[in-house]
Amino acid sequence: MATTTDAPAITLSNKQYRPPTSMTRLIWNRFTKHRLAVVGLIVMIILVSSAAFAPLIRDHDPYKSSFRTRYEAPSLEFPMGTDDLGRDILTRILYGGRISLSVGMLAIIIAITIGTTVGALSGFYGGRVDNVLMRLVDVMLSMPRLFMLIVITMLLRSVNSPALQFLGGVPIIVVVIGILAWMGVARLVRASFLSLKEKEFVEAARAAGASNLRIIVRHILPNSMTPIIVAATLGLAGAIISESGLSFLGLGVQVPTPTWGNMLTNAQDEMLKGHAWMAIFPGLMIFVTVIAMNFVGDGLRDALDPHKSH
Amino acid sequence: MGRYLIRRILQSIPILVVISLIVFILIQLTPGGPMAAFEENPNLTPEDLARLEEQLGLNKPIHVKYYEWAKRIVQGDWGFSQSTRRPVLEEIFERLPNTLQLMGISFLMTLAIALPIGAISALKQYSLFDHIMTTFAFIGQAIPVFWFGLVLIIFFHVGLNNPTDSGGNFALSHLWDCQTCKPLFPGGGMNTYGLDDPPFSNRLYHLILPVTMLGIVGVGTYARYMRGSMLEVVHNDYIRTARSKGLTERAITLRHAVKNAALPIVTIMALELPSLFGGALFTETIFSWPGVARLFFRAAQRVDYPLLMGIILINSFLIIFFNLVADIVYAYLDPRIRYE
Repeated sequence: MATTTDAPAITLSNKQYRPPTSMTRLIWNRFTKHRLAVVGLIVMIILVSSAAFAPLIRDHDPYKSSFRTRYEAPSLEFPMGTDDLGRDILTRILYGGRISLSVGMLAIIIAITIGTTVGALSGFYGGRVDNVLMRLVDVMLSMPRLFMLIVITMLLRSVNSPALQFLGGVPIIVVVIGILAWMGVARLVRASFLSLKEKEFVEAARAAGASNLRIIVRHILPNSMTPIIVAATLGLAGAIISESGLSFLGLGVQVPTPTWGNMLTNAQDEMLKGHAWMAIFPGLMIFVTVIAMNFVGDGLRDALDPHKSH
Repeated sequence: MGRYLIRRILQSIPILVVISLIVFILIQLTPGGPMAAFEENPNLTPEDLARLEEQLGLNKPIHVKYYEWAKRIVQGDWGFSQSTRRPVLEEIFERLPNTLQLMGISFLMTLAIALPIGAISALKQYSLFDHIMTTFAFIGQAIPVFWFGLVLIIFFHVGLNNPTDSGGNFALSHLWDCQTCKPLFPGGGMNTYGLDDPPFSNRLYHLILPVTMLGIVGVGTYARYMRGSMLEVVHNDYIRTARSKGLTERAITLRHAVKNAALPIVTIMALELPSLFGGALFTETIFSWPGVARLFFRAAQRVDYPLLMGIILINSFLIIFFNLVADIVYAYLDPRIRYE
């Protein structure tokens, strides 16, 4: 079969030969088809890197107050205005992003760890273990989550430990959000384990003499990654909302450490005095982050699991 | 049905017990406690303290303490608020109707808007309406409730600039009534201040912004569920049967499709309830709505643990109760569930 082009393609039985597409490549190709997901990913990259390189973007001090620049409306000098203590809001948003984003990420790591463990044990062992653990999930889901978040945070705050009070109580917030957000993951992982444990590859592993722990960790878990990754992405958005809500009420991360939530703490009073910009920008950051993460989550779900469309 | 009902009620008892246990443990962990005041008194020897503990019944084993505490809860003795010195239950029941009114109206509005939107956008899948609706639902689900409340106040109450400054305002409130620059909607409270016997219309006027705020997440969530549910239902055999019988599209949609598609929503309602309580916390705080959630916020600021725990307990009870109701309603509407 002669070809007329200069660089003849290798042909195998009439079909042009293409190198096999790798799994990662396939997933990436499917992900990039979801245009909004790509936009979300780009937004997230911009947000994370601008928080990480905050000093390179603005050379203001996020903590230093100045009486001369109080309540400046947004202008070229202060693109997002200044707050009641004369601090540049854009700078505080960049530094606040560090706290808000890392609180969200750390909290969701805790939630995923607990949720995966509970879900895996529940789904794999079934019977009484399953019953007890799933009733625990029911109990946790029947409690008003935000209210629990507030009370447990208050209890931990009363413990006099410098490690817990670090950065305005960030470790407390991380742990409390984490231990109140794992139930959804547990249910997803359990469902995945329930269907996978009947599969032939599990039987094969058992026949080869693999222990239960090995089967769970090496054989079933890697196959349940799809729901876990999607839940982590969407959960990150939820964790960021939890932190900012708590901090908005003044019960989360304490001032002067800036977070997108606690920058809104006095915003309502300031709005009534005519300083609306103090309320708009920090909230807009939360909103943009959450929407971006939701898009990425949707894109990942379609990319990782092409059979199921939501 | 009777047997299902009894089984379902019995199932919620262990959950109640475990929740009360968690709340009890949290109470044990609260700092201070009844002995704190005595321990600081230098005139009391350790023996005195031990005797006091004995007399006050504080040295009993933990399970006995839990039993006694649970007994008091059942009998309606929930202790006293530390900040107001009034019985916890009295404080809660005084405000519960306000919360239920806000949540109830918000919930009904949410359903009244979300279900038709979801159904229509499923029937006209991929139309312009569907795209707009899906985007709106996505935004509604992602917007932080508390920030949305602030934005509502900015646009419909205070305006973007200093209210005393007449130039350059572009908030909607000023477009509406620029002669006096009067806010379009009230930004807080249940009735206009100073009104002796406010009519219900005044209450509704005050409910507009809080209900919008509390409902925004729900509208997005329910509309998306309804859309998905409708899309599944319209491919069912009974819809084809109805069509082949020669029924009008209208009858097929209303009598067969919508009815069946709305069924699973009942379960979603129960699942969404805790987040409705969370939303109420922000709504009541921002709009100074004198309900239980605002009471909770005040109690948190004053570190009033008895009140906080009482509110958590009552909210958990409400969530379990409404879960139960939702399950029973679902079983009533969909007989397949009962014979599982």
